[in-house]
Amino acid sequence: MTDKTQQERAGEERIGVYVCHCGSNIAGVVNVEAVAKFAAEDLKDRGVVLARDYTFMCSVAGQELIEQDIHEQGLTRVVVAACSPHLHEKTFRNVCERSGINPYLSEMASIREHVAWVHTDKAAATAKAKAIVNGAVERVLKNEPLEAIRVPIDAATLVVGGGIAGLQAALEVAEAGYDVYLIEREASLGGHMAQFDKTFPTLDCAACILTPKMAAVGSHARIHLFTWSEVEKVEGFVGNYTVTVKKKPRYVDEDVCTGCGICVEKCPVMVVDENFEAGIGYRKAIYWPFAQAVPNLPVLDPDTCTYFIGGKGGCKACEIFCPTVPNSILFDQKEERVSLKVGNIILATGWDLFNARRIPQYGYGRLANVFTSLELERMCNAAGPTSGRVVLRDGQTAPKAVGIVHCVGSRDRNYNGYCSAICCMQSLKLAHLVKERTGAEVYNFYIDIRTPGKEYDEFYLRVMDEGVHFVRGKVAEVSDVPIAPSEEGGKLYVQVEDTLAGLQRRIPVDMVVLSAGLEPRHDSAEVGKTFGIACSTNGWFIEKHAKMDPIATMTEGVFVAGCAQGPKDIPASVSQGAAAAARVLSHIRQGELALEPIRASVLEEQCSGCRICNGLCPFNAISFVAERKVSEINAALCQGCGTCVAACPAGAIQGSGFSNEQVLAQIEGLLRDVAQPVTREPVTA
Amino acid sequence: MKALFYPGCSMQRNARPYLDSLLAIRADIGLELQEIDDWNCCGATEYMSVHRVAAHSLIGRNLALAQAQAVDTDVLTAGCSACFLNLSKTDTQMREDAKLNGTVNEALAAGGLHYDAGSLKVRHLLDLVCHDIGYDAVKARVVKPLYGLKVAAYYGCQVVRPDYDGRWDSHEHPTAMDTLLRALGAEVVDWSLKTQCCGGHMSVIGPEVAFGLIRRLIHGAAEAGADMVVTLCPMCQLNLDAYQVEMNKHFHTDYRVPVLYFTQLMGLAFGKSAKELGIGKEFVDATPALAKIQAEAPKVAEAKRRRRPKPGDGLPMPRME
Repeated sequence: MTDKTQQERAGEERIGVYVCHCGSNIAGVVNVEAVAKFAAEDLKDRGVVLARDYTFMCSVAGQELIEQDIHEQGLTRVVVAACSPHLHEKTFRNVCERSGINPYLSEMASIREHVAWVHTDKAAATAKAKAIVNGAVERVLKNEPLEAIRVPIDAATLVVGGGIAGLQAALEVAEAGYDVYLIEREASLGGHMAQFDKTFPTLDCAACILTPKMAAVGSHARIHLFTWSEVEKVEGFVGNYTVTVKKKPRYVDEDVCTGCGICVEKCPVMVVDENFEAGIGYRKAIYWPFAQAVPNLPVLDPDTCTYFIGGKGGCKACEIFCPTVPNSILFDQKEERVSLKVGNIILATGWDLFNARRIPQYGYGRLANVFTSLELERMCNAAGPTSGRVVLRDGQTAPKAVGIVHCVGSRDRNYNGYCSAICCMQSLKLAHLVKERTGAEVYNFYIDIRTPGKEYDEFYLRVMDEGVHFVRGKVAEVSDVPIAPSEEGGKLYVQVEDTLAGLQRRIPVDMVVLSAGLEPRHDSAEVGKTFGIACSTNGWFIEKHAKMDPIATMTEGVFVAGCAQGPKDIPASVSQGAAAAARVLSHIRQGELALEPIRASVLEEQCSGCRICNGLCPFNAISFVAERKVSEINAALCQGCGTCVAACPAGAIQGSGFSNEQVLAQIEGLLRDVAQPVTREPVTA
Repeated sequence: MKALFYPGCSMQRNARPYLDSLLAIRADIGLELQEIDDWNCCGATEYMSVHRVAAHSLIGRNLALAQAQAVDTDVLTAGCSACFLNLSKTDTQMREDAKLNGTVNEALAAGGLHYDAGSLKVRHLLDLVCHDIGYDAVKARVVKPLYGLKVAAYYGCQVVRPDYDGRWDSHEHPTAMDTLLRALGAEVVDWSLKTQCCGGHMSVIGPEVAFGLIRRLIHGAAEAGADMVVTLCPMCQLNLDAYQVEMNKHFHTDYRVPVLYFTQLMGLAFGKSAKELGIGKEFVDATPALAKIQAEAPKVAEAKRRRRPKPGDGLPMPRME
């Protein structure tokens, strides 16, 4: 900060103002020539030496215009009135840097998003654009030159989640020759994809295409696997994260166990497997997550093991029969914590299935022969509880008619408003598998069929050709009660309005399959907080930009892949996993990274040590220094969001690039009546 | 607790046993009822579609009287589903629609009345009993538990939907009355028709439609093994009970499923006499069903230790939270 007045600055600086047409995006609503004229004439005494309007400021020609003016007219500051700074602030900062002035001495006035796209009245829109430009000019006068912060990048990478997206990301980074720590909450890699039978639209067996990747990850020298583990704490910043991983006790010695499986065979306890078998199969108290698990090690569940339930007495069959020396069963194994140093983080934490019990009129959990799509996936799987037979809940009878209900919990204001993206294709696939295995009549009840992927619609046509029925309408209820004496008993009745035929249908079936939607992980908010990233209102992790950067997050060095970011199918998950890896590799190859210098800092002499800011920081960048009784901001961790600046009751926190002076000058500029000629005393007089 | 009480027409006539049983148990559950003086008809289900403003004004008069007469309470309760829904609907729509609010109050002003929308809390009787008085308080008054009696809890359409004030756990498969009846010692059967339509006034204007709906409910309750259907609505009770005989004739069936009010079962469990609770006035005699009530709690087979599944066993059912 300097003590110069705004007038003094205006007299010294040479500001260029550029008004972009953005084709007709801006020029269609705003009189851009008038805005440029306003800047050139009315803001002359504010240091504006020239103002131009141009079709596309972001084009090479537009950029050269600014460069040329900086060189020839000796501009010292630049204002570009165009789109949102989100889009092109970097472009124009680069122009300044190339031309020899500090990039932070430029300013953008958003007259597209804030004016042209939201107004129709030309005169009013033009007046508003002038006001915004006026604000930007006042602000740019207060801008200070800033230097980028440079941080070194640790080449090791953390990947959280061992589903298909995480596997792909881990492999890509490791193949490039860098260390990867892969953390998986479950006992095996594989994620949801390992539960499926076939994959759409090609119907390759999920295991056949997934397990080679699992094995490759499991045996890769550069990949360090932590299964049955969770990330507990993340400290540091891009390039320099310290991650605390909690290893849950497996009660099996990972180094000694050979995976022979005698313990599993001898275990006398059999319980319903709510996890991998989706509740329709069984497992032992000591069990393999599934046949092709990686690592190939059993895990013991203390909640069902008789040894643990009985207060550590009795049974011990697993230990007694374990053939390894020393014994692989470790009843006394404790939780462990491991600290890892990594430079970048990829979050591929996946999804949870919508709880179909929340829609009681569909009868899941109440009516025996109502199943979820995931239960049917397991049933279709040859390695599943019915060895691939599609049967009713009695475990014997093949259904003669099956109804598949789409959009269960999706596209429904009462549950989730969004489309789960995969259920249409999954339902079509299941319809095909049921038909193939039982010859049953299959009815699909849908709102819209959405098959936008490569060869997806062809698959839809194929399933129609196979004779699967399609009824367009949202199912009202699934009932076990006949409405008229003529209806035979023992059936389920799907009550639906057929919106194509314009009539109510009541279709008797033996089995109903609910295509339950995808939901964010139940703990996504806490996980997001651990990694310093935010969730959308629906609970999915928020990407940096919905279109232009769906891989990075607002926290530097933290990337998202797969369904953690939003519902998507396998090809999209694989693509995003690979893309996240590419972004990480780019960081690693740069060796060090330039960070935006838009940072907050504490003026220690004004800080009262109230610590209000500490808890508010979404990036955990603020800590309290007990010795000096003040709060301190880690510049590399700070993302410049400004929350603490606004919250500090003593005004002790300054945001560089967003100082109080800058913001107040901008507000003052915005509020000036642009319709009236400027009546200030010219400072140059 | 204290509440303003809107009995409605049906409670004075066909649903007299509902009123009698409510009056018989009110002291036991500490419910003090203040009947609105000079109340009028709620307009039932039809009037709203004939003339919206007139219908709201008709109901608004009851709300205005209640507001003016209220002493130490802002809760207004009704036992009839249609009465409750109408009171609740007018209160909500007057709150949300300033124009309607003005028009209705203009009409009320002609009679020297005024209603401040939102000033009363309109609640169904079952809601008060379950959520304010509470299951524990009810259980504490039980002297003759209804052991051995199997009941189907039937809510009908209008109490749980549209649920303007978010009072119920589910709009399709609610559980409040189930829990209440269990607290009385009865066994509550699981059935799918808790909130299906009883036929409403179709029994008068299109009996064949009503017979189909009545049959579904009665058949469903019988299939589920219920000795009786328990209801909270005079219209539901009338249709299922009085028209059961007609329905049987229509379909050549012989169902005999009695239909009682939850307040009558509360009275029985509290040790009141059948006569005092209006039991005996129903068309389908409840005596055989009530004879099943036994002194001792039926022995529930001890939860068997989960044996290991054998080949030929069915697939496990989903776990319910």
